[in-house]
Amino acid sequence: MTVKIGAPKEIMPGEARVAMTPASAKELQKLGHECMIEAGAGMRAGFTDTAYSEAGVEVVDSADSLWSAAEVVAKVRPPTDEEAAKLREGQLLISFFWPAQNEALMEKAKDAGASVIAMDMVPRISRAQKMDALSSMANIAGYRAVIEAGNNFGRFFTGQVTAAGKVPPATVLIVGAGVAGLAAIGTSTSLGAITYAFDVRPEVAEQIESMGAEFVFLDFDESSQDGSATGGYAAPSSPEFQEKQLEKFRELAPDIDIVITTALIPGRPAPKLWTKDMVEMMKPGSVVIDLAAERGGNCELTVMDEKIVSENGVTIVGYTDFPSRMSTQSSTLYATNIRHMMTDLTPDKDGVINQNMEDDVIRGATVVHAREITFPPPPPKVKAIAAAPKKDKPKELTPEEKRAQEVAAFKAQTRSQVTLLAVGGALLLLLGLYAPASFMQHFIVFVLAIFVGFQVIWGVAHSLHTPLMAVTNGISSIIIVGALMQIGSGSWLVVLLAALSVFMAGINIFGGFLVTRRMLAMFQKS
Amino acid sequence: MDYGFTTAAYVVAAVLFILSLGGLSNQESAKRAVWYGIAGMALAVVATLAGPGSGFWLLSLILIAGGAVIGVTLARRVEMTQMPELVAGMHALVGLAAVFVGFNADLMIDRAHLANEAGPDAVAALGVFGQLVAKKTMVEINILRVELFLGVFIGAVTFTGSVIAYGKLSGRVSSAATKLPGGHLLNAAAAAAAVLCLIWYMASGGTLPLVLMTLVALFIGYHLIMGIGGADMPVVVSMLNSYSGWAAAAIGFSLGNDLLIVVGALVGSSGAILSYIMCKAMNRSFVSVILGGFGSAGGPAQEIDGEQIAIDADGVAGALDEADSVIIIPGYGMAVAQAQQNVAELTRRLRAKGKQVRFAIHPVAGRLPGHMNVLLAEAKVPYDIVLEMDEINDDFPDTDVAIVIGSNDIVNPAAQEDPNSPIAGMPVLECWKAKQVFVSKRGQGTGYSGIENPLFFKENTRMFYGDAKSSLQELLNRIT
Repeated sequence: MTVKIGAPKEIMPGEARVAMTPASAKELQKLGHECMIEAGAGMRAGFTDTAYSEAGVEVVDSADSLWSAAEVVAKVRPPTDEEAAKLREGQLLISFFWPAQNEALMEKAKDAGASVIAMDMVPRISRAQKMDALSSMANIAGYRAVIEAGNNFGRFFTGQVTAAGKVPPATVLIVGAGVAGLAAIGTSTSLGAITYAFDVRPEVAEQIESMGAEFVFLDFDESSQDGSATGGYAAPSSPEFQEKQLEKFRELAPDIDIVITTALIPGRPAPKLWTKDMVEMMKPGSVVIDLAAERGGNCELTVMDEKIVSENGVTIVGYTDFPSRMSTQSSTLYATNIRHMMTDLTPDKDGVINQNMEDDVIRGATVVHAREITFPPPPPKVKAIAAAPKKDKPKELTPEEKRAQEVAAFKAQTRSQVTLLAVGGALLLLLGLYAPASFMQHFIVFVLAIFVGFQVIWGVAHSLHTPLMAVTNGISSIIIVGALMQIGSGSWLVVLLAALSVFMAGINIFGGFLVTRRMLAMFQKS
Repeated sequence: MDYGFTTAAYVVAAVLFILSLGGLSNQESAKRAVWYGIAGMALAVVATLAGPGSGFWLLSLILIAGGAVIGVTLARRVEMTQMPELVAGMHALVGLAAVFVGFNADLMIDRAHLANEAGPDAVAALGVFGQLVAKKTMVEINILRVELFLGVFIGAVTFTGSVIAYGKLSGRVSSAATKLPGGHLLNAAAAAAAVLCLIWYMASGGTLPLVLMTLVALFIGYHLIMGIGGADMPVVVSMLNSYSGWAAAAIGFSLGNDLLIVVGALVGSSGAILSYIMCKAMNRSFVSVILGGFGSAGGPAQEIDGEQIAIDADGVAGALDEADSVIIIPGYGMAVAQAQQNVAELTRRLRAKGKQVRFAIHPVAGRLPGHMNVLLAEAKVPYDIVLEMDEINDDFPDTDVAIVIGSNDIVNPAAQEDPNSPIAGMPVLECWKAKQVFVSKRGQGTGYSGIENPLFFKENTRMFYGDAKSSLQELLNRIT
């Protein structure tokens, strides 16, 4: 039993992408599926019908015959009403769907008894990254946005000093550091422009800097947004914050040559970040590329799907088809995302589709299934990004508590000292009862010397421990005094042993002190 | 003869010695401190020669001069990296001298005993020390015997212990912890035998038990230090230092010489405190270090995932070029490779580029306490950028690059992460918190303690294989 996967030609005007490439078709066939494609569907993306045929894909003449034959239809754009009418019982549609905006479409699919997997609803968890078509498209959009800007910008990106004069580098501001924004940063910096980037999520500053741009720092004290709570997307910010943000942009606007805005908030119209007055502040010839044009645009003057020139000569590009403008690249990536989705849907690689609604990824992406609308999905069981643990500040001790601690420590110290003294004193007394007075005299000296030694040594700097060792080594040759006392008295054996001792101690005295001096002489301050 | 002058000189000498030790509290006053020590020693020797030791003063002077020639030559010739073994070797001399002086005291007791019976003329012929002994009562003689017995015992242990420590540090003896069959039981038996000898000696007064005990003590010193691994050598050296002090103090008791007692006690307590400080730095009890080796682990060590990723000099140079802050963690490997000059040169060049370069010194890095400080000082690294573990450990998270040069156990995260690790709980330098860690290391082997180091497998760690000196030289060729 095999399932037929078909990719029709995109009807939407200007759409050049296709949901299946010869390469992805080969992989799909390995899963046990059959592939079919509408004639000419891949033409605009650079894939000929012959290439598909060679990859073992059945090329069908009309969209109608494809829709009726295929059990799974893979598309790029959401189905038009006309296409939706072709959905039938048991059919599975995989495409971008934007379910939040397309409720009527969902109803239609439900009524037809078809299932719909929305590629734009794939949850943002690590496991699902391979099918995250939004990210792969955003990556292309970000790249293309810079290229598009360059196309409309009359100067170099990089600064150059040439025989014909000095060229200043272009200054680029990228607003929103999501996938598209980061891709734009990378492209822009590699072209040599001075790149600034802004995002409402301060935690992406590091990513921005890693791509080579400078993070536009907003001095605003607001509890920072935790990106993990919203699946890595930005959430709407407070009015005060927005005010501060616009103020910063106004400050930057006169110096910026190219603005690329990518700010989107899920399920909401795009925030207006680049206002009319900012455009007016920009130099003639500057370019604004609005990647949010489809959702109303981040720039106030943006006209969807069009390139306009403002009164003061600023080009504002509101295209919504950036990925489509690089259709070969985007088709390849999108087809791979679809193929990964099919791999997950065919866990046993036997050509049988198992739409496992317990699976986080499949459940999240499925918006219509078994005559039911399954949108919105429950929150995924696995969190997208581990929430940054809230750091507990070490508890500040009140002065009273501190005082109490100090008193307790002092008391403990006193107790241990007194105990030691008492025990030591008792032992000494015991010794004194039996030992003769002449011994006790020396013993007192001994105990006191140990005591002095302890007091003194604690103060020695750590880095001087080796010199300390060397100097105590030298000092310990004081044993020479004992040998000197004995050398003059008694038999030849005593004299010999004493003489040897004097000799050895002599080596030690000079060796020890000289080494110490050598070591200390090396310590120097710069 | 009146020894008032001698006693006065001894008091001054003792004060000078105390000042000498106290002066080591900082680098500047330390230079003065050595001179205090030298002056104290000179005063003590001269006073003794002029007073009670005047017997063969010419012979004494010649001997001291002979010793001086050897001592000076040794001190001049020795490389800074060989400092540990020199210090250990010189402890052996002190230990042996203590043994000899102890034996002399014993011989003197017999002679004094005979002379007392022969009459005052014979006593007068004994010389200064003999007269002192001859005056003692029976109880005092017994105490004297205990004292000299102790002095000889400690001296003998110090002697063989230091010889072995010297051998281990200089590589002449395998640094691995080796024990004869029987282990600590053998040590305990030897100690018991020494106690029996003491009882026998007290009862008979003969020299034979003293000789026997000396042999036993020599064995204990040998076996004790053989059983301690190379990584614990800093503690061992400072412990032997302490022993040599106690031996001197014990001899001081038997000779009734307060200066010996005072100085011996100073040296003894200084060594003891140093040992304590180092044991604390390794989070181990003194007893477990002395009894030798690791081995109290209560379970299998954690498995380590991942692999060691190598990097070449270009990679390290690139990362250093981009880094703003660098912390260098030197270890024994740097001393072995004599790489301190290259490290210092690297430091100078990086600092010249305006980068912050600092050194993190673990208390037990190297084979002597403060070993690394001495080497870096030799290479003229300014000491105000050489920081202790506690001063710098919190700075690692803000550091771009940490370079580990020939250290292993002191940067082992297992001490914190793996409760079953033999070094669990030992404070370590948390270099893995730096953004990037480079480890200069000869090969993939384990460190002195023989345990795996998970640091080498961490994601931000890159292994820079090769002899520390030549790899740093390569690095220097790429950094100008």
